[in-house]
Amino acid sequence: MSPDLLKFIFGRLGFDSLPIHEPILVGTFAVVALGGVTLLAGLTYFRLWGYLWREWFTTVDHKRIGIMYIILGIVMLLRGFADALMMRAQQAMAFGGSEGFLPAHHYDQVFTAHGVIMIFFVAMPLVTGLMNYVVPLQIGARDVSFPFLNNFSFWMTVGGAVLVMLSLFIGEFARTGWLAYPPLSNIGYSPDVGVDYYIWGLQVAGVGTTLSGINLICTIVKLRCPGMTMMRMPVFTWTSLCTNILIVASFPVLTVVLALLSLDRYVGTNFFTNDFGGSPMMYVNLIWIWGHPEVYILVLPAFGIFSEVTSTFSGKRLFGYTSMVYATVVITILSYLVWLHHFFTMGSGASVNSFFGITTMIISIPTGAKMFNWLFTMYRGRIRYELPMLWTIAFMLTFVLGGMTGVLLAVPPADFVLHNSLFLIAHFHNVIIGGVVFGAFAGINYWFPKAFGFRLDPFWGKLSFWFWVTGFYMAFMPLYVLGLMGVTRRLRVFDDPSLQIWFVIAAIGAGLVFLGILSMLMQFAVSFLKREQLKDVTGDIWNARTLEWATSSPPPDYNFAFTPVVHDNDAWWDMKKRGYQRPLTGFKPIHMPSSTGTGIILAGFATAMGFGLIWYMWWLAALSFIAMLAVGIGHTFNYHRDFDIPADDVIRTEDARTKLLAGAK
Amino acid sequence: MSTDTHAAGAHDHHHDDGHAHSTFSGYMLGFVLSVVLTAIPFWLVMSGALPSKQITALVIMAFAVVQIVVHMIYFLHMNTKSENGWSMMALIFTIVMVVIALSGSLWVMNHLNSNMMPIHEMTGMK
Amino acid sequence: MTVAVNPAQTGEPVFYLADEHPHPEGYSTSLGFWIYLMSDCLIFAMLFAAFGVLGANYAAGPAPKDLFDLDLVAVNTSMLLLSSITYGFAMLTMQQNKIAQTQMWLLITGLFGAAFIGIELTEFAHMIHEGATPQRSAFLSAFFTLVGTHGLHVSCGLIWLVTLMVQVWRFGLIEANRRRLMCLSMFWHFLDVVWIGVFTFVYLLGVLR
Repeated sequence: MSPDLLKFIFGRLGFDSLPIHEPILVGTFAVVALGGVTLLAGLTYFRLWGYLWREWFTTVDHKRIGIMYIILGIVMLLRGFADALMMRAQQAMAFGGSEGFLPAHHYDQVFTAHGVIMIFFVAMPLVTGLMNYVVPLQIGARDVSFPFLNNFSFWMTVGGAVLVMLSLFIGEFARTGWLAYPPLSNIGYSPDVGVDYYIWGLQVAGVGTTLSGINLICTIVKLRCPGMTMMRMPVFTWTSLCTNILIVASFPVLTVVLALLSLDRYVGTNFFTNDFGGSPMMYVNLIWIWGHPEVYILVLPAFGIFSEVTSTFSGKRLFGYTSMVYATVVITILSYLVWLHHFFTMGSGASVNSFFGITTMIISIPTGAKMFNWLFTMYRGRIRYELPMLWTIAFMLTFVLGGMTGVLLAVPPADFVLHNSLFLIAHFHNVIIGGVVFGAFAGINYWFPKAFGFRLDPFWGKLSFWFWVTGFYMAFMPLYVLGLMGVTRRLRVFDDPSLQIWFVIAAIGAGLVFLGILSMLMQFAVSFLKREQLKDVTGDIWNARTLEWATSSPPPDYNFAFTPVVHDNDAWWDMKKRGYQRPLTGFKPIHMPSSTGTGIILAGFATAMGFGLIWYMWWLAALSFIAMLAVGIGHTFNYHRDFDIPADDVIRTEDARTKLLAGAK
Repeated sequence: MSTDTHAAGAHDHHHDDGHAHSTFSGYMLGFVLSVVLTAIPFWLVMSGALPSKQITALVIMAFAVVQIVVHMIYFLHMNTKSENGWSMMALIFTIVMVVIALSGSLWVMNHLNSNMMPIHEMTGMK
Repeated sequence: MTVAVNPAQTGEPVFYLADEHPHPEGYSTSLGFWIYLMSDCLIFAMLFAAFGVLGANYAAGPAPKDLFDLDLVAVNTSMLLLSSITYGFAMLTMQQNKIAQTQMWLLITGLFGAAFIGIELTEFAHMIHEGATPQRSAFLSAFFTLVGTHGLHVSCGLIWLVTLMVQVWRFGLIEANRRRLMCLSMFWHFLDVVWIGVFTFVYLLGVLR
C-alpha cells in the first residue's frame, strides 16, 4: 500500500505508536488483555451478553445506571491507584543518583493520568452514581426526568474513560499535569497524541456530565412527591441539587476551554500561544473558573451523605436542617468567587489577590457551620458505629485538618511559599480523600443494602476502613512536611538524601491504602458469598429516616407501588412513628419509560469520533459524526418511548414482598 | 416551612407548559421594539452622531441590555410565574454567573497584563 | 387534580396516593431545555470573555476597523430578526392548529436563517481572502470562534428545523411535535439574544475602537 493511503487510513497511528519498548506497559497490557479475554469468554460461555444488553446496557432505570456509574468509578479507581503506587515507589527510590524505575517520559504521563482519572473517572462517577441511585428514591419519584438522556450520559462518561484507557496501549497520554496548561500543552511543545487523548476524553465525558446535571436538576425540581416542599427535601437531595446546578454552570466553561485549546492545536489559532497576541494565562484563568466549582461538585454530595448517615446512626433528626441548606446554597454561590486562589503567584496585583484570598477564607465559614451541625446531631445521640458512621467520623477528623491547611493556602503571601509544593498536594488529597472518597465509601456502605438486599460484610469493611485511614495519614502527613521544606510537586528524582525517609513513609502509607482497596474488593466478594447471612428483607436495615427506605431492598423497577405523600423532613421516620400501613391492594398499572439502545450507540460513535480526531483519521471522525447525527435524528422519529407495567406484575411483586415481610417477623 | 395544604403545590398537575400564551400583538410589539433598538446603535456608530466614542459605547451597550430584556419578554416569554418561578431563578443565577465570570476574567487578566507586560505593545493600537 | 394531604380532612394521615395520574409526557421538557440553554449561555459567555480579553491583541495585523463592513452586519442582523418574528408567527399558527401555515412560516424562518448563514460565510470568506485568517492574531482567533460558534448553533437550528418540518408533515401537530416546536422556538430566540451581544460587543464596539 502506498504511504499516502496508509496515512489517510491510519492518520498518525503506526506500529511505533504502540509502547512495545516499555516493559511496564507491555506487562500491564498482557495482564489486562488476559483478564479481558477471560471476562469476555466467561460472558460468552455463560450466555450473559443478551442479559447484559437488555437489562443493563440499554436500561433507562436510574437505579441500574447508578450502579453502573459506581462500578465504573471503582474500576477506574484501580487504574488511578496503580498510577499512585508507581509515583510513590518512584519518589521513594529515586535518591542518591538512582533514576528510579520510571523514565521521565512515562512518569509524566503517570502523574497526569492519575489526576485526570481520579477526578473525572473515579470521583465523578462515584458521586454521580450515588446521586442517580438515591435522589429519585428520596423524593418519591419513579425515575429521573429524562431517562433516556440518563443512559446516554452514562455511556458518554464511559466513552471518555475508554479513550483515556486506550492511551495506555495505543500511543501515550498527556505529559502536562492534570490541567494541561499551555504553552506546554500546545502543539509546539506537545506534538504527540497525549494531549489530544486528554482533550477528547474529557470532552466526550463532559457532555455526559452536563446532561446528567440538567437531568437531575429537573428531576429534583419537577418530580418531588406530594408534600415534599423544598424545605422538606432530604439534605442529600439538597446537596445533589446544588451540585448539579454547579455542574450545569461550570462544565460549559471546561468545554469552551478545551475547545479553544483544541483549536490552537488543530487549526493553529492563537488563544493560548506565546505569539500573535495569545495568552497562556487566559487558559489558566478560564480552566479554574470551571476547576474550583468542580471541587465543590465533588464534595457537596459527600456532605449530603454524611448528613444522612449522621442523623440515621445517631437516631436523631439532623441538627440545624435549615442552616445546613443555607450553608449549601452559600457554598454554591461562593464557589464561583474563589478561582484565582489557584494562581495567586501568576502575577495579579495585591487587590486581586486579596479579594480572592478573602473570599476563599469566607467559604470556610459555611463549611464549618456544617461541621458543627453534624457534631450537634451526634451530641446525646445513640450512636451506632456501623461502617457508614465510621467513615463519617474519619471524615470529620480528616476534613477539618484539610480545611485548615486550605485556609493557610488561602493567605496569598503564604501561598507564594507553598504554591505547587507538596504541601498543596497533601492539602487537596486531604480534602478529596477525606471528604469525597470517604463520603463515597460511607454512601456505598450505607446504600448497598438498599441496592442489593444484603449489607456489606462488616469485618472486611472495618479492615478496609482502618487500612485506608491509617494509610491515608501515613501517605500524606509526610507530604505536608516535605512541602514546608520546599519540595515541589511532580518531581521525578531528588538530590537531598535527607528527604528520602519522608518519601519512604509516604510509600508505605500508599501500600496500606492498597491493602485497604484490596480489603474493599474482598468485602464485596465475601458479602456476595455470605449474602444469605447478610440479607435484609425489611427494606429498612438501618432504621433510617428518609423515603428511600420505605420501599423494598432492592426496590422494584417502579420504586414505589403508590407515590408516597410526605408530611415531614424525615418522611419515612414520620411514617413509621404514625403507624403507616403498607398498602396491600388497589394496585394499578404503572407508566414507565422503555429501554433503548440509542444511548450506547450514540456514545460509541462519539468515542469513535474522538479516536479519529486524536489520530487524525479524518474519515473516521467524519463518518462517526454523520452516524451520530443520523442515529440521533432517527431516534426522534420514535414517539413511543414508554409502556405500562401491568397491574398483575405490580401485584405479584408487592405480594412477594408482603410474604417476605411476614416471614421476617 | 409551609403547611400541608401548601405542600401540594410541589406536585400540582395544573398543566402549565411553562409559557405565557403568546399573541400576535406581543410578537409585533417585540419586533418593532427590537428593530428600533437595533437600528439606533447601528446608526450611532455608522454616523458618529455622538461626539465621544466613550459615550457612544456606553449608549449602545445600554441599548443592547434593553433589547435583550425585550427579547426575553416578548419572544422568550419570560415571566416570574412559568415553571413556578424556576425559569426565572435559573436565568438570574446564570446572569450572576456570567457577570462574575466575565467581569472577573477581564479584571484578573487586565491585572496580569499590566503587571506582567510592562511595555504593552498593544496599548498604542487602540 | 387536588391531592388530599391534609390530615384534618380524613382524620388519618395520608401517606400515599391511592389514585395517581402519571406526569404528562414532556412534563419536565421545557424546564430541562431552558436549563440547557442556560448552560449554552455560559458557553457563549466564556467565548465573550475570550474575546474581551484577547480582542485587542491584533499582533500588528488587521483591526476591526479594517475588516468589518457594518452595512453587511446590519443586513445580517435584520435576517436574524426577521427569522425571529416569522418563527413567532409559526408558533401563533401552531396554536391555532393550522398545519399548512405553520409549515410555511417555518420554511420562511429557515430561509432567513440560511440567508444569515450565507452572509456570514461570505463575510468569513472575504476576510480570509484578505489574509485575516483565524491564525493571524488572537483577536481574529477569538472573533472567528465566537461568531463561528453562533453560526454553528444557527446551522444546528436549521437541521433541527428541517427535521421538525418533516415530523410535522408526517405526524401532524401532535402534542410531542408541539413541544419540540416550542423548544426550537426557545433555541431560536435564544440565538437571537446572543446575536445582540455579538453585534454590539464585537462589531459595533469593534469599529468604534
